[in-house]
Amino acid sequence: MRNLVSLASGSLFGLGLLISGMVDTTKVQGWLDIFGEWDPTLAFVLGGAILPMAVAWQISDRWRAPVLGGSFPMRPVARITPDLAIGSLIFGAGWGLAGLCPGPSFASLSFGGWEGLIFAASMIAGMLLAVPARRIRVATT
Amino acid sequence: MIEQSYIYGLVGGLIIGAAAALYLLGNGRIMGASGIIGGLADGSGRGDWQDRLLFIAGLVAAPWVALSALGLSATTNASSSPAVLVAAGLLVGFGARLANGCTSGHGVCGISRFSLRGIVATGFYLFAGGVSVLLFKHILGVI
Repeated sequence: MRNLVSLASGSLFGLGLLISGMVDTTKVQGWLDIFGEWDPTLAFVLGGAILPMAVAWQISDRWRAPVLGGSFPMRPVARITPDLAIGSLIFGAGWGLAGLCPGPSFASLSFGGWEGLIFAASMIAGMLLAVPARRIRVATT
Repeated sequence: MIEQSYIYGLVGGLIIGAAAALYLLGNGRIMGASGIIGGLADGSGRGDWQDRLLFIAGLVAAPWVALSALGLSATTNASSSPAVLVAAGLLVGFGARLANGCTSGHGVCGISRFSLRGIVATGFYLFAGGVSVLLFKHILGVI
């Protein structure tokens, strides 16, 4: 049953990314292009996505546990680390350069051609390169 | 006048939020794409690899199934420059893992919880994304 929920969540996520236009790099770059022809579509996407999730967080505060067992994720310590800031800056630079982020890059694999494959493979390589950096962080905190 | 793409954006966004809500309330997990993919790639999430693999399977397959069923096609309009794609991919993968989250984890799941880390991360990557488009599109003209 847990597996079914994982599959259903992933499928819904993929459909939402497709319908919303997040898989279209020109829409993403248009949203980031405040000095050009600015496209506000992504504000609707983010706003639309936050609404149901905000309700879900409220529900999770009232429930003892998730429906299929386990426990709800603990709230992380509200600490702004250098890794959070630097990592987000690096991530944002790449997001602007290609107009793709992890979710949409996978959601578009079936129709993204070789360009999508190169991006996704490079993204995974970048994730593996981050392993030593993540290890240092764990060791120092 | 409301553009059609805003409505698609809102509807798609609501579906993305519903996916995140289902993942949280059903399995007790945060729907962060970079964490789910990265944990599988680097082995740090091998304890729940099935969960991750099935999520990714749905994420890749559902758009393909939907497009095939409706006889529609889609395009990412991505850059055709291998250098741009490789550089951007490396930056996105490395940065998201260092920051411990991307648009879905920090953006959707973090902001909706009023998480300070999620809000700060989103501010930083939106800023960097804006600077990146300004630099690479308007100044250097490579995209």
